[in-house]
Amino acid sequence: MEEDFVEPASEEVDKLSTRLDKDAKQGGYNLNPDMDFVRGLIKGLLINERRYGYRACPCRLASGDKSEDLDLICPCDYRDADVTEFGACYCALYVSKAVLLGKLELSSIPERRLPAEEREKLRQRQKATGDVLGADIAKVALQLSVPVWRCTVCGYLCAREGPPEVCPICKVGKERFERFI
Amino acid sequence: MNFEHVAGKDKGQIRLFALSTCIWCKKTRELLSSMGVAFDYIYVDQLKGEERAEAVAEVKKYNPSTSFPTLVIGEKCIVGLREKEIKEALS
Repeated sequence: MEEDFVEPASEEVDKLSTRLDKDAKQGGYNLNPDMDFVRGLIKGLLINERRYGYRACPCRLASGDKSEDLDLICPCDYRDADVTEFGACYCALYVSKAVLLGKLELSSIPERRLPAEEREKLRQRQKATGDVLGADIAKVALQLSVPVWRCTVCGYLCAREGPPEVCPICKVGKERFERFI
Repeated sequence: MNFEHVAGKDKGQIRLFALSTCIWCKKTRELLSSMGVAFDYIYVDQLKGEERAEAVAEVKKYNPSTSFPTLVIGEKCIVGLREKEIKEALS
């Protein structure tokens, strides 16, 4: 099927690849050492950016509704857990040190993201328990001068009036932060 | 659903549900091509509206997490690039 956007040019792929590599190293992450593989994924990210307006994981089917897809915008909410457990994130753009050093071989890994219906159920459950927890947290929060915000991608915590525009560790936007305390 | 057909040896119905942006899907397609079997594939991310919903519903029947690649050989389903399993299923 023809799509109504221009294919990402090689220079654009190179540019984003350099940028992501720099960001990854700065935050203690590693890109996959297989450059062809990485370039393929980055091209996919750029296609999804044109298609949906955000860089949804190239190996997952995005819905097109950003609020529904926040968790799969690259780097996704599942990256850290998958890199720890399997040596790579779901699409294998990011890998562990063991993979980088050639001590662990990659293969495709199971999907950690829950199906849509179960995600919704989990959200409802969290909302229900969150109300209870919220009361406890509120007591602690009262004693703090500012609230604490948590990056849902890398776990970075910061105490300030609102979340930062960009996570200083993994570079995701403020919409990926949740109120922690 | 409009599948693309790849000609080759007839091993029964082989359908690959894939994403055009996914490298694992690409590798799975290449594996099937290298094995010389006839198969059909469809890029679900390039579909819109009802066509996409129909393809997603079909994938869900075999793979409730609706992840890709989903390879359906007859009624057997293999999720992800599982080279050994795919080769065994088609041997």
